[in-house]
Amino acid sequence: MAAADDVKWIRETFAEKVLETVEFRGEQSLRVAPDALHPVLEKCRDELGFAMLLDISAVDHLGETPRFDVVYELATLDDSKHLRVKVKVAEDEPLASAVDLWGAADWHEREVWDLMGIGFVGHPNLKRILMWEGYPYFPLRKDFPLAGRPTEMPDVAFTGVAPMEGGPFVANTGAPNAVLREPRSHASD
Amino acid sequence: MVSTTTTLEAAYDSKIESNVIVTRVDAAMNWVRKNSLWPMPMGLACCAIELMATASARFDISRFGMEVMRFSPRQADVLVVSGTVTYKMALAVKRIWDQMPEPKWCVAMGACASSGGMYRSYAVLQGIDQLIPVDVYISGCPPRPEALIAGLMRLQEKVDTEHALFDQKRSMFARSM
Ligand code: SF4
Repeated sequence: MAAADDVKWIRETFAEKVLETVEFRGEQSLRVAPDALHPVLEKCRDELGFAMLLDISAVDHLGETPRFDVVYELATLDDSKHLRVKVKVAEDEPLASAVDLWGAADWHEREVWDLMGIGFVGHPNLKRILMWEGYPYFPLRKDFPLAGRPTEMPDVAFTGVAPMEGGPFVANTGAPNAVLREPRSHASD
Repeated sequence: MVSTTTTLEAAYDSKIESNVIVTRVDAAMNWVRKNSLWPMPMGLACCAIELMATASARFDISRFGMEVMRFSPRQADVLVVSGTVTYKMALAVKRIWDQMPEPKWCVAMGACASSGGMYRSYAVLQGIDQLIPVDVYISGCPPRPEALIAGLMRLQEKVDTEHALFDQKRSMFARSM
């Protein structure tokens, strides 16, 4: 079965729990209701052959409710098909953990927790993975300043505020020549 | 039988005379120190690859007496901070510096160690000099091995101008006061 047929099959099986399906340049994505997330992922693994979880990521749509998108990237072992499962989740609203389905979910979910602050119910060890235990912020959220915030944990770690000096310096990818494409401060515009 | 109590008169001896060098203790100590700098490789990111290249055959820092890389801070003279110092790593680097015996020097290799480099971010310390006194900064991302060697030779020049004994005594006096 190709990924497009899988999407159709999931749609038929889960009916209104599948909120949206998108095909873009041959890539299949579907959005499911949060309570259907774990059953959908389980079916993907057991019925459709998605034995591999490539990645879990999260997107912060600050200002929208629910605020976050959590994105699961699935693949078969022979790489014959890929599937992207998305779910919308609000702040302080945890999702069901996928660690019982794929061991790979362990560190990915910890990363999503560490940087975005989205919890996972049923995770065996939901600690921070990049920042240290006790760091008070979720630094990849949109409302967290790029330069960071000062914190202090004696004998463990501290953080300061980076001097932005007019940055961030962003490249103009569409610009016609190399001089204009150079990364520059956009603070004045 | 030769008597063991016989003493020779001090006399001109061309063999000894040509082997005697007159110098100051400070200068002699500096000469010894600068030609036998034992680096502690604090490899934290990509710059460490260039540090390894510097140590290996093509660039060969043993030409300058620096080839004895020590992985124990207690045996090292120079902390070569090569790479991105994240806040998570920062206090560990400081702890290693604190364990190095005096006299000791610190080289900040590359843009990251010197200033945070391209990482104007919540996660990266903006220059190791916020925690440790740095003797030599080496620019580049990463610096070429030649640049690292030039930096270490600059450090040798610096070691050579220090008052080895005087400075040590001064800190001894400072402590007893
Ligand atoms: S200065 Fe450049 S090469 Fe060196 S650690 Fe930083 S990013 Fe890597």
